Amino acid sequence: MDAIVARGLRKDYGGREVVAGLDFAVRRGECFGLLGPNGAGKTTTLRLCLGLVPASAGGVTLLGYDMPRQARQARMRAGVVAQFDALDPDFSVRENLLVYARYFGMDRKAMAGRLPALLEFADLTNRAESRINSLSGGMKRRLALARAMVNEPDILLLDEPTTGLDPAARHLMWQRLRGLITQGRTVLLTTHFMEEAERLCDRLAIMDNGRIIAAGTPRELIDAHIEPHVVEIFGETAHIWCDQNAAPLAARVERSGESVFCYLREAGALLGQLERAPQLRYLHRPANLEDVFLKLTGHEIRDG
Amino acid sequence: MSERDWHPSLRFMAVWQRNFLVWRKLALTSLLGNLADPMIYMLGLGYGLGSLVGEVQGVSYISFLVGGTICYSTMNSASFEALYSGFSRMHTQKTWESIMFTPLHLYDVVIAEWVWAACKSLLSGGAILLVAALLGVIHGAALLWILPIAFLIGLCFSALGLVITAIAPSYDFFMYYFTLFVTPMALGCGVFFPVEQLPAALRDAADLLPLSHAVALVRPLSLRQVPADIVLHLLVLFGYTAVGVVLSCRLFRRRLLR
Repeated sequence: MDAIVARGLRKDYGGREVVAGLDFAVRRGECFGLLGPNGAGKTTTLRLCLGLVPASAGGVTLLGYDMPRQARQARMRAGVVAQFDALDPDFSVRENLLVYARYFGMDRKAMAGRLPALLEFADLTNRAESRINSLSGGMKRRLALARAMVNEPDILLLDEPTTGLDPAARHLMWQRLRGLITQGRTVLLTTHFMEEAERLCDRLAIMDNGRIIAAGTPRELIDAHIEPHVVEIFGETAHIWCDQNAAPLAARVERSGESVFCYLREAGALLGQLERAPQLRYLHRPANLEDVFLKLTGHEIRDG
Repeated sequence: MSERDWHPSLRFMAVWQRNFLVWRKLALTSLLGNLADPMIYMLGLGYGLGSLVGEVQGVSYISFLVGGTICYSTMNSASFEALYSGFSRMHTQKTWESIMFTPLHLYDVVIAEWVWAACKSLLSGGAILLVAALLGVIHGAALLWILPIAFLIGLCFSALGLVITAIAPSYDFFMYYFTLFVTPMALGCGVFFPVEQLPAALRDAADLLPLSHAVALVRPLSLRQVPADIVLHLLVLFGYTAVGVVLSCRLFRRRLLR
């Protein structure tokens, strides 16, 4: 049985369809990502999966439970990290974990054995008595993740788990998540970082305007949609130069702002041309999910 | 889970306990405030103003004042907790949201907040009772009847406060509630002077307000008398409470679970 199954899932607010008919399944033990810009409907999808909002049409099951009807049973075995950590500012790190465990019916005694491991996991053993406001953003996010683990959940649902973190804190968070996924924990995460999706997700669905526009493993998505080489060319004159020099060489050319993206099966010829155009800056890199998104939607993920 | 899949249970106690643990950290200052506030009222108004007005309804002004002040203070405390503190936990801190990710339902949270605010207000009302008894202004075992009634008053105003919290866009909104509802009740429902002093039209209007019925129960008890129309007053308070709880649950659901 799959951990999450969504069938024809829809949610509209006053005629505006935020989730416009989703079909996807999250398998046990995999990390499944919903990748898309802000406003794509990712958070609403997550809330539908948790039974926090009723669907306008279609349905979703979480761990086999029909949502939102059996939300209590399902949430007993789920862990959630929301976009805003929503930690309790009136409590210390330790108290945050203890109080949260109570909502799952676990008292202090039941938690006594788990607490050291959770603090260790959050890398906050030395900060157990600290107030929340004295923690850094990365520490707060790791505590929120540890808090989501108090009930030893079968599935984790993470809404933009590293948004707003600096790169160092983000890498620490990825390390923690990678560990959980390696242990075989099922994870559903939303993100608008393609790098995050590529690093963590076994499979992912690219969302835009409430719809899934492509789904598969990161490799499959890239291979299916994008030529292997990408040369990004920047600068005011990039457009004109590319029209004359790059267009004949590239399989496809996309523009976004001042950048021109050239997609090629072989990059050698174009790179040779660029050697003779020192006024332009450029970057040669392998194709990634951002390119898939740009091709499928015509805009970049961060544009929303 | 939808409305029909939710059943009342004691699960809300985990959330109640959360609020209690936070309160316990500041319990000493909070309790001192609970005691200092009524002292100031009692001494300032009771003795100060009391020396000017002499006897009211056959008793000293300070004795008259005790029953009304218990009701007023309970109302205020329940309202503040349900409005400002409740709004902080629901909106600013997003405490409610993180609780709703657990097996608890929004309604469990609302019920916890409702009962919590009433418990906290009972401390305020109880403190006045204690101070007045220590000052020797009121006495007798019948005073203990005031405590369950004060709890009901707390439940009533906490429920009404939650309705306002459910529709409040920001903290500023609560000003209207206090200006248009709480303050007029404090002055029109017989807290500081008998309602008989009011013009007939105002008196009829005051009869519809919950605080009038709270005062009608507590004041006689504080003066060792049996209140008149007990059932009526209790029904009005229960009625306001029930409407407040059901309405606030609906409104919170519309705000948070859609």
